[in-house]
Amino acid sequence: MYVVVVGGGKVGTYLAKRLLSEDKEVLILEKDPDQHAVLQAQFREIAMLGDGCEVRVQKTAGFQRADVVVAVTGEDEDNLIISQMASRTWGVDRTVARVNDPSHTWLFQQVGVSATVSATDVIYHLIEQEISPGQLIPLAALKMGNIEVVEATLTSRSPSVGRRVKDLELPPKSNIVWMHRGDEGTIVNGETELQAGDLVVALVPTEHEAKLREIL
Amino acid sequence: MLAGSGHSVTVIEQDPRMLDRLGEGHGCRTVVGNGLDEDVMEAAGIREADAFFTVTRGDNTNLMAAQIAQLRFKVARVCAKVNDPLRAAEYRKLGVLCISPNLLTAGMMQSWLLEEPFRSVDSYNELEEVEKVT
Repeated sequence: MYVVVVGGGKVGTYLAKRLLSEDKEVLILEKDPDQHAVLQAQFREIAMLGDGCEVRVQKTAGFQRADVVVAVTGEDEDNLIISQMASRTWGVDRTVARVNDPSHTWLFQQVGVSATVSATDVIYHLIEQEISPGQLIPLAALKMGNIEVVEATLTSRSPSVGRRVKDLELPPKSNIVWMHRGDEGTIVNGETELQAGDLVVALVPTEHEAKLREIL
Repeated sequence: MLAGSGHSVTVIEQDPRMLDRLGEGHGCRTVVGNGLDEDVMEAAGIREADAFFTVTRGDNTNLMAAQIAQLRFKVARVCAKVNDPLRAAEYRKLGVLCISPNLLTAGMMQSWLLEEPFRSVDSYNELEEVEKVT
């Protein structure tokens, strides 16, 4: 697997290290000569100096044979254009972009970037989890239709405890699909009665996440 | 130029000092803020706009702003200044009119030198011309 990482800051550096440790072929692109020198000392020939937004640099970096292009510069506009060019100009199947301002995430999704990562969003969700009693932890956001996979651990104070799943009045288009009780994981159906200590996994449209949290 | 010919123009600019360069009596409404911020774009009245121009120094900033105008606010005519001719060619395919000032200037200078009549913007902007240059 060949992965091109554009942006040799902290995120790009740690990511490249991690990928290398898993024996992936990696190239890390950095446009700032000083930062590139730092990278070269650590990564040798797999650190390349150049602006990842430029077609000629993309060609030299081998975008045409890359399996994944990861855009993790500090600028949203650069990350957007890099991942868009990777898929449109070079036919890269999988593009991952860092989004600093979460209000731009829709644009990345609409133009076909495979996955977006926003530290702002992740940290926000973690804070939300700290303060909300429901403890709904987003496991993954599915691209189609803004569906999220969430996890929640039920406590004795959870309103859903002692009730059957079919009586819960779950938000539209959402469902509890799986549950871990004691040492055992099982598929959940309407007759399942929830208990304190259950860890449940649910599918929920993003806009109904808050409602699900209330119910659980 | 647009305001002078009777159109209603709003300028978005991040640096309030730059707005002084418009001079007095320019007839434009001005909004101070980041042009990539959708709230700022809305405050500038982008929902009512017939056309959107994005002409900052950054190619990628212009392309991102153009796509927000095009995809979120459905502005009919979107034009971006994009210095890199190869990037411009790619986004022209997506319906954003990308103008590369360097290419345009070089082309017009060449026309002047060869004493041929000036051609349309598109003909200077075309990829064939780019390939000759690069």
